[in-house]
Amino acid sequence: MANKETLNNVLITGENSYASVEDSIGRLILKPQLHQRGWWIFFFIGLAGTGLLGVSITWLVYQGVGIWGNNQPVAWAFDIVNFVWWIGIGHAGTLISAILLLFKQQWRNSINRFAEAMTIFAVMCAGLYPLLHTGRPWVAIFWLFPYPNIMGMWPQFRSALEWDVFAVSTYFTISLVFWFMGLIPDFATMRDRSRNKFGKIAFAILSLGWRGSNQHWHRYEQANMLLAGLSTPLVLSVHTIVSYDFAISTVIGWNVTVFPPYFVAGAVFAGFAMVMNFLIPVRAYYGLKDLVTIRHIDWMCKILLATGMIVFYGYILEVFYGFYSGNVFETALTKDWRFNGPYSGYYWALILCNGIIPQLFWIPKMRTNLLVVWLVSFVVGIGMWLERFVIIPISLTNNYLPASNKMYYPTMWDFMMFGGTIGFFIFLMMLFLRFLPAINIFEMKDLLHKVINDESKVEPTVEAMNSKMNPTPAKEEVPA
Amino acid sequence: MAQIFKPSANHITQATLMGLAIGVPTVWLAIAALSRSPANTKVNVPLNQPIPFSHQHHAWELGIDCRYCHTSVEKSSYAGLPATETCMSCHSQIWTNSPLLEPVRQSYETGTPIKWNLVNKVPDFVHFNHSIHISRGLNCNTCHGPVQHMQITYKGNSFQMQWCLECHRAPDRHIYKDETRPDLQPRQQVFNLYWKYQTTGLDGLSERERALMLGTFNGTDNPKEREAGKQLVKDYGIKVQQLADCSVCHY
Ligand code: HEC
Ligand code: HEC
Ligand code: HEC
Ligand code: HEC
Ligand code: HEC
Repeated sequence: MANKETLNNVLITGENSYASVEDSIGRLILKPQLHQRGWWIFFFIGLAGTGLLGVSITWLVYQGVGIWGNNQPVAWAFDIVNFVWWIGIGHAGTLISAILLLFKQQWRNSINRFAEAMTIFAVMCAGLYPLLHTGRPWVAIFWLFPYPNIMGMWPQFRSALEWDVFAVSTYFTISLVFWFMGLIPDFATMRDRSRNKFGKIAFAILSLGWRGSNQHWHRYEQANMLLAGLSTPLVLSVHTIVSYDFAISTVIGWNVTVFPPYFVAGAVFAGFAMVMNFLIPVRAYYGLKDLVTIRHIDWMCKILLATGMIVFYGYILEVFYGFYSGNVFETALTKDWRFNGPYSGYYWALILCNGIIPQLFWIPKMRTNLLVVWLVSFVVGIGMWLERFVIIPISLTNNYLPASNKMYYPTMWDFMMFGGTIGFFIFLMMLFLRFLPAINIFEMKDLLHKVINDESKVEPTVEAMNSKMNPTPAKEEVPA
Repeated sequence: MAQIFKPSANHITQATLMGLAIGVPTVWLAIAALSRSPANTKVNVPLNQPIPFSHQHHAWELGIDCRYCHTSVEKSSYAGLPATETCMSCHSQIWTNSPLLEPVRQSYETGTPIKWNLVNKVPDFVHFNHSIHISRGLNCNTCHGPVQHMQITYKGNSFQMQWCLECHRAPDRHIYKDETRPDLQPRQQVFNLYWKYQTTGLDGLSERERALMLGTFNGTDNPKEREAGKQLVKDYGIKVQQLADCSVCHY
């Protein structure tokens, strides 16, 4: 098992030169034979999931949303749970590419491309749900976007749901532009290295005539900083607005002021967990251990721990409000419908997954044991899904008027569609690994340059470090 | 290393970008224009009927009242189309040999109704009601165009939601009463205008009435007329603030 790797403060390990960095990333694309059984297995899992998604969407459009388990009063159920879950997963990418860039955190370089790709794919999965929840997605455009239409009507600008449309679409656009822009220099590298005619042409078109001149780099750096500045507020705003969908309503269990910060922290939490779920197997399978080091994993675990604590604090506050508010309905929800009652299992599972298990990361050994890290990340992914499940449908089953209480049961199609989006996500990630540089080549070279020219190091190339060598003191801690 | 693209690729790229910058808005505007054009709304497009029935002939030249044929327009949501018996009340006497009237006679003999093609139709999820509009003195032509001058009936307005709301949001721009006949009920005002037109011709009508009769009236912005309209809205007790609520038409 690969969990014997040592922890030190070097962000690139092994014998690496500019050419070897370029090679170890580029060959994933240029050498199809590298993608062996493992890749094909996941590719087919993804493809099957995408097929499942296609089938469930087709049937949904044909039959209507009645095939879902949604009922009155539970009008928001799996569709919105999954929407919020996926949107949250995207947040790691934006945090890494924007905020960590502005804070000049070098360690982001080797994971940002990956995380940004996840952002985009996750937002694509997320976007499907509200669109399909409208029942008639082909006319949803005139319900969602404000433009002078033949109904003489504008969307309700005072509704948080409308803000959500803008928040999510801006988020998607900026993430996509940011991602693509960062890819341009790497596309140029791939264009120059590619031996295959088709690959050359494709990469040449995608690299938009990049020649790597000083002027190009200058503009690139400027645009990069600008986009980072633009997307920084998005890290906070997107999930804040998603939380408004709930927080500004009067539904019991939704009307809580702590929602915005707690949703944002939860999003970053879920996002980093997902990044690790994918990154750990990928780095092992494709031999990228020198570029994505144990140091990275350790730091991501710390972020997971920090955001997990915020989320846990949110759960505690919810319980506190349940009693402190003196609102009998809130108290009843907390006491009889979350702590006890038919759904209590989900509530306690949530506390276990998101509140208790991540505390393992207080122990340094756990943060470097890849198996533990992977398992905890996986559990966090489940926990974040449960969190939305507890908040959304479970709160809706319990109303001010006992007469309108009704249990919620998902149907087969709810699960199929959820499984379908997961498959679709895996499918896109597999294509990403196969056809795009999964790690930022030029930023890694830049990092290597900095590592080589760092006075404190003696060797011109970075030697494989072992635990005996005393690492330099850690860089400033990550802002969580 | 050999270049993959020739320098001309730069121009192609620029042209593509320009094309996108111009093309996307153009397509967008084209769709917008198309959805408002007669190609989509069928405004002013005559619809083929089993019998070439002419309102110009019957309602204007012969001066038959609309209610003679559209009997339920004042009292119900549907204006209704005339039964074959209504036509036969005259056509059993006159033009009994006209080949154009063959389907009417056939329908009369066999007792199968004539299958008129509906010109005006709102979707099933919209509830429209004639009687309320007539009892507020809204002339048929406000909505249907210059019906009494149509050889073959066509649609006078788009009947898109935007169009309904344009009036529902500000009915004072449309509501009208003939000041010279204060004795008439609003509902009588509707039909009186046709008689007035019959007797005096266009010259005897005010500018607004002329526009109404020719189907070109699109609401008034004259402050004095709007003031009068507001007064009527008040007199009729129309609750304007609720009139554009979704539940008025969609329930
Ligand atoms: C002699 C009977 C007769 C009279 C009088 C008459 N109509 Fe009609 N009307 C018809 C018939 C028959 C149709 C159906 C054929 C057609 O659409 O042309 C019709 C159709 C219409 C339609 C279109 C209905 C639809 O959506 O298909 C409108 C609007 C209309 N009439 C308005 C009027 C108005 C306004 C008047 C009074 C100025 C009037 N009609 C007088 C017989 C009459
Ligand atoms: C009030 C009596 C009256 C009624 C009711 C009436 N018509 Fe007529 N219609 C006439 C007269 C009169 C003419 C002939 C006018 C002329 O051309 O001189 C005529 C002519 C026509 C013509 C033209 C015939 C031709 O050969 O040119 C058609 C078609 C027609 N009517 C259809 C109808 C239909 C359909 C209805 C029932 C919805 C109807 N009419 C109801 C009086 C009537
Ligand atoms: C406020 C606008 C408006 C006014 C005023 C109006 N109509 Fe209509 N009319 C409509 C609409 C909308 C429809 C389509 C109704 C439907 O599809 O249910 C219609 C349909 C009709 C039809 C087709 C049959 C039916 O009932 O669906 C006839 C005939 C008709 N109108 C006659 C008249 C006559 C005659 C008058 C005047 C007395 C009149 N209308 C006034 C809007 C109007
Ligand atoms: C020219 C003005 C005008 C147009 C156009 C118009 N309406 Fe109206 N509508 C009115 C007025 C005035 C009232 C009366 C409201 C009242 O008395 O409270 C009314 C009332 C109604 C009512 C009944 C409201 C109630 O309180 O029961 C319905 C339904 C309605 N309109 C539907 C429509 C539809 C559908 C259209 C478009 C196809 C339409 N209207 C177009 C002016 C208009
Ligand atoms: C005065 C009547 C009226 C009112 C009030 C009204 N509508 Fe409509 N609406 C219509 C008519 C008429 C149509 C059909 C238009 C057409 O056929 O192009 C329509 C169509 C629509 C459609 C298009 C449905 C589709 O799939 O094509 C939507 C959505 C809609 N209305 C929503 C609303 C909402 C939301 C409100 C409240 C803000 C509202 N409407 C208020 C008359 C009305």
